[in-house]
Amino acid sequence: MVAALNALSAWAIPMFIVLIPLVAAFRKVPVYETFVDGAKDGFQTAIAIIPHLVGMMTAISMFRASGAMDMLIGWVAPLFSGLGIPAEVLPLGLLRPITGAGSLAFATDLIKTYGPDSLIGRIASVVQGSTDTTLYVVTVYFGAVGIRNARYALKVGLFSDAVGFFAAVFACWLLF
Amino acid sequence: MVNWIWLGMIGLSVLFGAANGRIQQVTEAAFSGAQTGVTVCFGLISILVFWMGLMKIAEVSGIVRRLSLLMAPVVRWLFPDVPKDHPALGYILSNLSANLIGLGNAATPMGIRAMQELQKLNANPAVATPAMCTLLALNTASITIVPTTLIAIRMNFGSAHPADIIGPTLLATAISTGAAIAADRWYRRRQRRGAPPMLPPIHSPVHPPVAAPSGQPDRPPASL
Repeated sequence: MVAALNALSAWAIPMFIVLIPLVAAFRKVPVYETFVDGAKDGFQTAIAIIPHLVGMMTAISMFRASGAMDMLIGWVAPLFSGLGIPAEVLPLGLLRPITGAGSLAFATDLIKTYGPDSLIGRIASVVQGSTDTTLYVVTVYFGAVGIRNARYALKVGLFSDAVGFFAAVFACWLLF
Repeated sequence: MVNWIWLGMIGLSVLFGAANGRIQQVTEAAFSGAQTGVTVCFGLISILVFWMGLMKIAEVSGIVRRLSLLMAPVVRWLFPDVPKDHPALGYILSNLSANLIGLGNAATPMGIRAMQELQKLNANPAVATPAMCTLLALNTASITIVPTTLIAIRMNFGSAHPADIIGPTLLATAISTGAAIAADRWYRRRQRRGAPPMLPPIHSPVHPPVAAPSGQPDRPPASL
């Protein structure tokens, strides 16, 4: 399975890049015009994130520079070092379901501080990439139709976030 | 909540910075953090532009629709209380397949349409039905094949193999989605066994306590 997952990492993007335009051309889609048309949205998406990421990156960088981050991690480290989980990624696991921009900024900060190919940098990438912002999803989807009692939806979401966090650490141990 | 987290981090930074004699570094970090925020977003432009273009081709050429047809049997199993030809299922499929290929922007409107359709099957419009909870569980777990944003960020910080997180991400997201589905099923089953459905007090006069068939307010009326 390890080999299959590594092959997937290597081949997923080239396959997407070749197969999608090929199939589309076969179906008589004007591939280049369509590409340009869709690509416009990418620019807006990237620009729209700027205020969120600047706000969160500022706060997290200050938090790290003040020494508060090291102190916080020093407290929780003994609890998790036995499990093989680097304490540095714990705040990311807690932020992930609450704020998408905050956790993206935190993951960025970890990648910047420890390097993208360090274990911490990789775990941060996988944690951030493998789940969604549960509180946001609940608010948007249920808010849109006026649901006031979400029943067990939040519990299920948070449970799957917690499982996802440990699964991300496990997957990085397994594959790197 | 986000407001408090943000304020807390900034407040504590200044407090700890003063206590540790690092107030100068805190000030510098504020500006360098803001700069990183902008640099990272600019770094995202290249990959997002490229990826959104590619995914538009997938959408227009009907590849996304094909993908959703493949998932149809699974979705029917996950939503047993939605009638087979109900429009909600179509929106659910579009929502899930857009998520799968990383089209978050297209996924959300589809998910909301699906919720609106599910709301039509809801006897008590203020309380979520099991189908709605299942859709939410799938969206919070969000299976994505290619985590483009993270790959772009890794590329910006000089990763030797930015894409090598695809495999572990897929593994982690498969496990968390499995957990979400299992938990969702468990709650559904517990409810069917007749545990009290925990009806909330209805807060708003807009929604009069309409015809919730006693005991099982989550089932659509038989006529549907």
